[in-house]
Amino acid sequence: MIPVNRKGEVWVFAEQHSGRLEDAPLELMSRARRLADILNVQMAAVLPGDNVKTLASKLIHCGADKVYLAEHPLLERYQANSYAKVISRLIHKHKPQIVLYGATATGRDLAPRIASATKAGLTADCTDLQIGDHETTDGDFHKNLLFQIRPAFGGNIIATIINYDRWPQMATVREGVMPMPTPDTKRKGQVITEKVQLSNQDLPLEILEEHTRPKKVDLKAARLIVAGGAGVGSKENFRLVWDLANCLGAAPAATRAAVDLGFIDHDHQVGQTGTTVRPSLYIAVGISGAIQHQAGMNQSQKIVAINNDPQASIFDVAHYKIVGDLNVVVPKMIKAIKEKGFKELTAAAGK
Amino acid sequence: MAYNCVVLVKQVPDTKRITGKAMNDDGTVNRSALPAIFNPEDLNALEMALDIKDKFGGTVTVITMGLPAAAAILRDALYRGADDAILITDARCAASDTLATSYILSCAVKQLKYDVVLCGRQAIDGDTAQVGPQLAEKLGLPQITYVEKLIELKDRTITAQRNIGNGWQKIKAALPVLLTVTADANEPRVAAAKKMMKFKSALASCEIEQQLKTQNLAANPDELKSLASRKSAELEQKGILIKQWNLDFLKADLTWCGRTGSPTKVHRIQSVVLAAKESKSVEPTDTGLTDMLHELIEDKIIA
Repeated sequence: MIPVNRKGEVWVFAEQHSGRLEDAPLELMSRARRLADILNVQMAAVLPGDNVKTLASKLIHCGADKVYLAEHPLLERYQANSYAKVISRLIHKHKPQIVLYGATATGRDLAPRIASATKAGLTADCTDLQIGDHETTDGDFHKNLLFQIRPAFGGNIIATIINYDRWPQMATVREGVMPMPTPDTKRKGQVITEKVQLSNQDLPLEILEEHTRPKKVDLKAARLIVAGGAGVGSKENFRLVWDLANCLGAAPAATRAAVDLGFIDHDHQVGQTGTTVRPSLYIAVGISGAIQHQAGMNQSQKIVAINNDPQASIFDVAHYKIVGDLNVVVPKMIKAIKEKGFKELTAAAGK
Repeated sequence: MAYNCVVLVKQVPDTKRITGKAMNDDGTVNRSALPAIFNPEDLNALEMALDIKDKFGGTVTVITMGLPAAAAILRDALYRGADDAILITDARCAASDTLATSYILSCAVKQLKYDVVLCGRQAIDGDTAQVGPQLAEKLGLPQITYVEKLIELKDRTITAQRNIGNGWQKIKAALPVLLTVTADANEPRVAAAKKMMKFKSALASCEIEQQLKTQNLAANPDELKSLASRKSAELEQKGILIKQWNLDFLKADLTWCGRTGSPTKVHRIQSVVLAAKESKSVEPTDTGLTDMLHELIEDKIIA
């Protein structure tokens, strides 16, 4: 732990694998930039790895004032022990006030190990970060703290967590909840090379084999999404969701219930245990609207809901409510989209 | 060769069955209105430990930290095949965040002999997945998180497959090691009838005291104490006493326990009320739907 340090920087862990930066830290950059600006301090990315120097410019283009470059051959592949050791040491050396990690498999493996080693606080899976003030029950006033905002209790409550004495203030942040920044290639920043000391003892794991596969669908990047729920009824009937998605050029998605029923692959799942999406249009077909699902899609710009139950909670968040049988409504929508002139209209609107 | 496994488990409110009654008016959670259950992925961790015992021999010790009522899941673990159960209960543990919890648990695990420490990936009340890695750090152990398959245990090494989100890794490590186990790893076994018969009257000493109090058998606190210790000795004789440890027994440094040991504090809790700002009803007719689609085009939502 480090003492409260009001001049401390805002840090983002720049997660990379095989020399490729993950989306999660990049998504975090714009929010980290904003937090640093409010606090009037610098924003830095921490980049551990081997031969990763070339990634520093991208981090600067995405908003970092500084990049702490920690290169070592033993950092080529991620391991919790070695990465935690390097980052904990940098935290003690530079005393940042905030350290943020993407809530990826790596971020969720690493951040708690660092929190334990530095005896600092950590909040998991935040969906929002703000700066705000807090008064304790004893009347102590703490200005400009990091508000670490996250769903809890299965998404039924939103908790704002703070850490006012044992810094840095650390959080992992869900993927997809913050928009990707547009890189500014003219931005300038400083790359600081850090000395790294590691031995083989810092690598207790032997990675025998690794298999990764690209996701079948990139829901995070989709502008239009058509999602189906258990109400669609069967895998065969889920064809309706695919058809509507196809004719709109949208990505097909689903609720956890639909995935569990085998209607569609898990890669398509939206919600707390799936992907968080923020498309311009989200069409919910036969989705009742469990809170866990809403948590993953309520940031959509416009939501259209089709459900035969007028009481379905999805209607609480929908901008367009269609009470009706999806087996009738969806084919009608497809027909309307395929009608002459529709394509021309959308093309004209796009200009 | 036999292995000693220690499994960390948690009793949690069943967040899947939250109803209106479960929320207080101020937006906080009324825990007493929710059924308390064995955290689902902790059952997968327990199953992995029992499977190791079945194949190689050794012991399975289950630890939980919580209120006296948490002894219920320890009994459940004994029914399923655990050898020993330990309840850490102490008012000074209250309000512990994940860091303080992992410190207290580390003090308890250090009292035991272990080769493999197992935790569920995460608990459904907080979904943080932090206690496992924090405990590993405090014990100075390597961690293999998100284990979805135990591939091999041979001599002093373990090989496991872990989920890395977009794929998997096959990892080998020397023992001792800490694993966090996912729901995909196995199908937890059910309670065995014989073990249920044996352990159904297993109790921790705090539960014995509670029982004696409600039965009103003791005339004064001293008598209650002596009755309770007699009953505890009786259960211990039968091998069905759930061990109960407090922070003094663990020689825990109180600076790192409970509220003072927890860097994270709650600033505010809000119940989730999601609502669209403007909404309109659309008739499920050709005209209604076409108008809606045209409006979406005009607003440049579809383009």
